[in-house]
Amino acid sequence: MVDSLAYTPQITLEFKIGEKDFFVAGECASRVKKTLQQLGLKQNVIKRIAIIIYEAAMNVAIHATSGMVTVHIEPDAITIRTEDVGAGIEDIDLAMKEGYSTATYEIREMGFGAGMGLSNIKQCSDDLKIESKVGVGTTLNAKVYFQEQPRPADR
Amino acid sequence: MTVGELAGVLGLEVLTGDTNLGREVRSGYTSDLLSDVIANIGDDAVWITIQRHVNILGVAKLKDVPAIIIPRKLQLEEGFITKARQEDIAILRGSASAFELSGLIYNELKRG
Repeated sequence: MVDSLAYTPQITLEFKIGEKDFFVAGECASRVKKTLQQLGLKQNVIKRIAIIIYEAAMNVAIHATSGMVTVHIEPDAITIRTEDVGAGIEDIDLAMKEGYSTATYEIREMGFGAGMGLSNIKQCSDDLKIESKVGVGTTLNAKVYFQEQPRPADR
Repeated sequence: MTVGELAGVLGLEVLTGDTNLGREVRSGYTSDLLSDVIANIGDDAVWITIQRHVNILGVAKLKDVPAIIIPRKLQLEEGFITKARQEDIAILRGSASAFELSGLIYNELKRG
């Protein structure tokens, strides 16, 4: 198990997510997980990354009309970026609150949209930035370092 | 304890043939909220849920879940079973409720 990938070239993986394309969200998280396992990263780091990718991709599938997930693997860290075209987020602080959700009844009945996605992402990220414009779309950037970072008390 | 042994002991219906029957089960998790499962299910854990749409298979695959256990003899669509087999996830079904199944499975795993 390694903390950095000294001899690994930088890898970029891209996934396109369509509206309500829930299965692809799971698929792209699984694909990245497999790649990271092959690179020999620590299991708990891989788990956190997989959660971020799944939740971020699900947010695109649930709330946007289309979007992209881009995963960039560097020697010491991974960045996960989602960019979508869609409704955007009115109040990001409120959206970050566990249990707050704007998902429809149908989405919730499927077990999605419980309002846990963004707080799950926050808990798993070392660095998280969300920018959103209502009626335009949302961009999320999450970073995870392979070497365990000191964790602030609120995580 | 393996998936097959668990199914045998508890009289659970196996809907996916020999898929994962030999895989080890160490714990379980009962929840119908996918974000909750993603964040909290353990390793080698069976997942007890009433959700039965194909999208839950994405979660199960991501968390490397050996088997999903469906309570109360709930109806399943053929497409769900087919996809589960493709994704290498066993689907078991019992007549007891999620509460009862969780208790029974918990006891079996405790016993070893």
